[in-house]
Amino acid sequence: MLSKIVRTISDQLILFILIYGLYIIIHGHVTPGGGFQGGAVIASGVVMMIVAFGSGEIKKSLRERHLSVVESSGALIFIGMAFAGMGTLFFYNFLVGTPVFGGIPPTGPNPGDVWTGGVIPLMNFGVGLKVSAGLSAVILAMALFSRGEETEE
Amino acid sequence: MRQIVAWFVLITLVAFLITSALLLHPFGYPPSAMDDYMIARSQAETASNNVVAAVVFDYRGLDTLGEATVLFTAVTGVLLLFRSLKKREKKT
Repeated sequence: MLSKIVRTISDQLILFILIYGLYIIIHGHVTPGGGFQGGAVIASGVVMMIVAFGSGEIKKSLRERHLSVVESSGALIFIGMAFAGMGTLFFYNFLVGTPVFGGIPPTGPNPGDVWTGGVIPLMNFGVGLKVSAGLSAVILAMALFSRGEETEE
Repeated sequence: MRQIVAWFVLITLVAFLITSALLLHPFGYPPSAMDDYMIARSQAETASNNVVAAVVFDYRGLDTLGEATVLFTAVTGVLLLFRSLKKREKKT
C-alpha cells in the first residue's frame, strides 16, 4: 500500500480510466480502437489500483473466480454472435439493415453514428469483457502470488 | 567438428538472406485487389465506419476467434499454474 496522496489520486483517477476504456470499447466500430484495446485500458486501471492499494485490499472486492466467469461469458458472447449468423455463414454480419445496430453509413467520410455496425459492436463488447477480465485476473493472481498470499480457491 | 558445422550453417544462412534480400519484390508489387475491395465496400457491407474493425470482426472473424482462444488459454494456464504452485508449497 502506497502513501495517502497516491491512494487518493488513483481513487479519483480510476473512474476516468474506466470510462475511457468503455468509450474505446463501445466506439470500436466508429473510431480507432476496439475490444482488445479498451480491455487493455481497463486492465491497466486495475493494475493502478493494485499498485496503489496493494493486492490484499483489492482481493476483498475483486475475486478471481468472478473474473473468470466474466471472461468466459465474454467469450460466449463472441462465439454466440459468430454462430448466430450460421443461417448464411459462420461470422456472417446478420444485423446489417435491422433496427438493432443496423444503420448503414454512407460510403466515404461521414460524421459517424454509434448505432451502426451490425454484429461488430456486440462482438467488440464481448471481446472487451473478455480481455479486461482476463488480464485483470492474470495480474491479480501474479500480485497475490508474489506477496505469498492465499488465492481464492 | 562442431565449429566447422556452425561456420557452414552461418555462411549458408547469410548467403541465403543476402540473396533473398536482393531478390525481393519492389514495394507493393504483386498488386492485390483485396484492399481496394474492402475500402470501397466495407461501409456498405458491414455498416461500420472503421474498416479495421470490419476486417477484424467480420471479414477475418476466424482470425479473431483464434486470438481470443490464445488469450483464453493463456489466462487459464496462468491461473492454473499459480494455484497449483501454491498448493504444492503448502503441502511441503
